[in-house]
Amino acid sequence: MSDVIVDIKNLKREFTIGEEVVKALNDVTFTIKAGEFITIMGNSGSGKTTLLNILGCLEKPTIGEYWLDGVNVSNLTKNELAGLRNKKLGFVFQSYNLLARTSAIENVELPLLYNNTYSASERKEKAIKALEAVKLGDRMYHLPSQLSGGQQQRVAIARALINDPVMILADEATGNLDSRTSYEIMMLIQELNSEQGKTIVFVTHEPDIATFSKRTITLKDGKILSDKENEHVASAKEVLASLPAINQTPDVIPKP
Amino acid sequence: MKITNLLSIAWRAISRNKLRTFLTMLGIIIGVAAVIAMIAIGQGSKQSIESQITTMGSNMIMIVPTSNVQGGVRMDNSSVQSLEEKDVVALQKQLKYINAVSPSVSVKGQVINGSFNWSTTIQGVYPEFLFIRSWPVIDGVAFTTQDVKAASKVCLIGLTVKANLFPNDVDVIGKSFRFKNIPFKVIGVLSKKGENSFGQDQDDMIITPVTTVQKRILASTYYQFIYASAIDENSTDSAAAEVQNVLRASHKLAATTDNDFTVRTQAQLVSMLTSTSSILTILLTVIAGISLLVGGIGIMNIMYVSVTERTKEIGLRMSIGARGVDILLQFLIEAILISITGGIIGVVLGITATKLVTLLMHWPTLVSESSVVLSFLVCFITGVFFGYYPALKASKLDPIEALRYE
Repeated sequence: MSDVIVDIKNLKREFTIGEEVVKALNDVTFTIKAGEFITIMGNSGSGKTTLLNILGCLEKPTIGEYWLDGVNVSNLTKNELAGLRNKKLGFVFQSYNLLARTSAIENVELPLLYNNTYSASERKEKAIKALEAVKLGDRMYHLPSQLSGGQQQRVAIARALINDPVMILADEATGNLDSRTSYEIMMLIQELNSEQGKTIVFVTHEPDIATFSKRTITLKDGKILSDKENEHVASAKEVLASLPAINQTPDVIPKP
Repeated sequence: MKITNLLSIAWRAISRNKLRTFLTMLGIIIGVAAVIAMIAIGQGSKQSIESQITTMGSNMIMIVPTSNVQGGVRMDNSSVQSLEEKDVVALQKQLKYINAVSPSVSVKGQVINGSFNWSTTIQGVYPEFLFIRSWPVIDGVAFTTQDVKAASKVCLIGLTVKANLFPNDVDVIGKSFRFKNIPFKVIGVLSKKGENSFGQDQDDMIITPVTTVQKRILASTYYQFIYASAIDENSTDSAAAEVQNVLRASHKLAATTDNDFTVRTQAQLVSMLTSTSSILTILLTVIAGISLLVGGIGIMNIMYVSVTERTKEIGLRMSIGARGVDILLQFLIEAILISITGGIIGVVLGITATKLVTLLMHWPTLVSESSVVLSFLVCFITGVFFGYYPALKASKLDPIEALRYE
């Protein structure tokens, strides 16, 4: 049991909009073990965003239990949730959410600024390591505006890595990127998962992306439609290699 | 949350928007600079009035005879003859708060030097008078107590008298002039005293031994005034009380009888004249304070815009572990940093402006430490007060909604 880091039991999440009660999640149960790479799929309205928000300790379930790394999240206060997010989770967003006019290294340092146990020098050291892990060691002092979309997303991944989280949550992390850059990001995530043993939960609606993960949970109308191990995990590295090497396609900077 | 971390978070956020931060500061800068400059100008004019009054003699006490009632008729002050030599003698007896005494008798009239003549005042005094009025002789020498005993026909002349009576002479020492057929010899020239606070030319004056005026011109034994000098500025009130006691004893007044003299001190005059300037200072400071308030509202406005504009940033910060209180403190510190930095620049600017006013317009100014401390304190309070509400708004944002904000 020790390697189970997420344990969700009979979880429900309801919203009241006017008179109507919307059941965004209705009786969801599953566990995630350390070192897993899971994609959560589903159409819009299936509840995958709500599930991600709950997994990310941004909101609490209406009914049911959520244990994250041995902590019962359902009973925590707002500030305790913030502390949990700071120490145990890493977020990667679709729109990167980097601070504008702030260098890559300062963006990466950000989570540790909210953690008193790190000194300024430790913070910098860890930020450099995280940036090197995402192969941006030579772009540490670049501003987001000087980086391509793929590079910005890698800065965001470095930011998610810096606090050594038990789980990295990615929300449509390749949604703003072209397919080549998407595969590069997926390759990086696969490496983080396989080589460094990071647990990754990736929310997406692209089946293509899901093939790179080891396990896929599909949601529909707030319920788990299917939860299965992928028998043939595709390698992003191979897919990338198979792409025609068109005169070094530069990373496309997406429209804001 | 470590305060250094918070400071560095806030500092990074502010320095991302340098121009906007500076423009926000500008309101505070102008407000503080205005407060400092206004107080400095007000204080300066107050000090200048005070120093103008002290040109009359810094710790001077004036004793004036007052009308007493004789048989139901109230007599005119000038006809009252209550101050005599025995009063001066009594006052000279080593009093605690008095270090110099001089009687004064003056007479107006025409002085003549050959073809030149001039209407002026001849004032008969003791040599101590020059000390009481802090009025040094710049040329020649002062007369002595010996001259007083002998009723010598020697005199010291003011610069205005010199200019009108001896227009062609550079050196007037030893020269003579006439007053009512009495020849006077000039033995000294008094330094420039300028106008007093009522606009009288204090240099239009001839000073001679008191006995000369009394015996040779007026043939009287009474004094018009007695001047005395307190040992220092703070003891003028004690000195005035002492003078009153001595004179009552000397005049043998019964306990129930009113004084037949009045003791006036410079302090009373100072407080009267500076009150106008104080009101002006308060008025100017209030106006400057209003501009500081406007600057504060500017901060609040910008912080509000900033919170809205940075909603997504706030959402991100919350998602990576910032608590509500961290966000609150970040925005509060940003506001305080802006106002304090503005305050520092404002103080420097205010002092510079003050120096320029003194340099270019020759207005007297005085930058007081209290005004600097006060405006600094006001800046801090402004930052907290006007930064708090936007910061509170930021801290109450829901992370999910903030992240989704476009």
